[in-house]
Amino acid sequence: MKDAVSWENDVTTNTVKIAARDVQVHYGDTHAIKDVNVDIEDKTVTAFIGPSGCGKSTFLRCINRMNDTIDVCRVTGDIRIDGEDIYDRKVDPVQLRAKVGMVFQKPNPFPKSIYDNVAYGPRIHGLARNKADLDDIVERALKRGAIWDEVKDRLQAPGTGLSGGQQQRLCIARAVATEPEVLLMDEPCSALDPIATAQVEELIDELRQNYSVVIVTHSMQQAARVSQRTAFFHLGNLVEFGDTDKIFTAPEDPRTESYITGRIG
Amino acid sequence: MNDQHIASAFDRDLESVQAQIMKMGGMIEDAIRMAAESLETRDEELAEKVRAGDKAIDDLENLINERAARIIALRAPTAIDLRLILSVIKISASLERIGDYAKNMAKRTGVLSQMQPVSDSAGSIRRMARTVEGMLKDALDAYIQRDAELAMDIINRDEDVDQMYNALFREFLTFMLEDPRNITACMHLHFIAKNTERMGDLVTSIAEQVVYLVTGQHPEEDRPKADKTSYVSKA
Ligand SMILES: Nc1ncnc2c1ncn2[C@@H]1O[C@H](COP(=O)(O)OP(=O)(O)O)[C@@H](O)[C@H]1O
Ligand SMILES: [Mg+2]
Repeated sequence: MKDAVSWENDVTTNTVKIAARDVQVHYGDTHAIKDVNVDIEDKTVTAFIGPSGCGKSTFLRCINRMNDTIDVCRVTGDIRIDGEDIYDRKVDPVQLRAKVGMVFQKPNPFPKSIYDNVAYGPRIHGLARNKADLDDIVERALKRGAIWDEVKDRLQAPGTGLSGGQQQRLCIARAVATEPEVLLMDEPCSALDPIATAQVEELIDELRQNYSVVIVTHSMQQAARVSQRTAFFHLGNLVEFGDTDKIFTAPEDPRTESYITGRIG
Repeated sequence: MNDQHIASAFDRDLESVQAQIMKMGGMIEDAIRMAAESLETRDEELAEKVRAGDKAIDDLENLINERAARIIALRAPTAIDLRLILSVIKISASLERIGDYAKNMAKRTGVLSQMQPVSDSAGSIRRMARTVEGMLKDALDAYIQRDAELAMDIINRDEDVDQMYNALFREFLTFMLEDPRNITACMHLHFIAKNTERMGDLVTSIAEQVVYLVTGQHPEEDRPKADKTSYVSKA
């Protein structure tokens, strides 16, 4: 086994990819995110941890404006990717979501062929000039998703016929097919068995070479294994953000310590 | 932070392994004291007791390591719990080494009691051993009370032991130059003094573990005022 499961998480300081300032999110009367400020780095895996309902998914969805689709949801503050305000009027949310890919808890391949699952995004965004071009994009994405070898002989088979772990890697391939810069993952392994989980973790570490990856996870061990930075959320607050090694050996805030050590907080 | 884990068996395991450390620490304090006393009073029976006691110390170290490994396997400890388990493993190893030195001292007691005493060297060594024993007692107190300040104090006290060793070294050298018949005894006494000085170093490393356990920082590291990569919310 190599990088993904190595304890040697090299902490180098990369450039800031996503900068969030004074972010607040309300669902009607529910104040779900309270004044969050954070700089998420490029070519780094950042883990969001915290108890259920603390706002991890909500904050993650702010980064690709998925919250726009929820009627009662109101987002204020400032989120910039490469310095550009993603909530600016000029920004088309659909274009944004091509640049900021997302992978969900439950693998959700379209009821189409493996090929079409991956080709879908590049097609609607007009990324391929012709069939050969699209074939290349699909192959590259499936390789990035670390599933090419398993599916290359059955690209026309339905994506829904794959195992859970394969489906999740197919979804990751689909997410990277549009050449995103940021990859958001919301508990991507919670429906997977330990082997499929290890494969996805391995993949996440490879993805770090090219993307800024943000992963929400319920598994402390997973956060410790795959990320270089960890953010701990509690009741809508970003309580602590820092090097993963530091958070898991000597966190600063007692709330972080209570949570990661499994104490009654 | 709350003291209790949601899994109460985890708390019980952590408490029990720390209790074993305290028990081992007590056995080591006794071993140091008895070894130094046997050296000064030429009490071979007492020396034999120290030598025989080493087996129980080794067994306890093995038991502690097994328990610690089990906790790691079952609980995947993090943060304070991780530092605690690391400290348990390291402290038990240091204690075991100190026990070996005490046993070695007791072995040499057997040889030395057949020889002409060299001045009051055995008395000086016993005073040195008493200092180390005092440091160890405080280190164990600091450990169980999570007292980083007391631990730092112990680290600073190791210098006294070093100075006692240096003084003894010069003394032995003088005795050997004065009368070559002293050489054999002085060689043994020098080993004992050196080993006692090493005991002080090991006690210091225990105190360092206490500092790390309590603060999350190694004592030699200069703690940065603020980690610029961290944001801490106002809440
Ligand atoms: N679509 C929604 N409508 C109303 N409230 C929501 C919605 N999604 C999340 N919330 C509320 O926002 C808070 C944060 O939820 P969420 O971001 O899902 O937390 P987490 O991902 O950390 O478990 C919770 O109180 C939750 O009930
Ligand atoms: Mg969630």
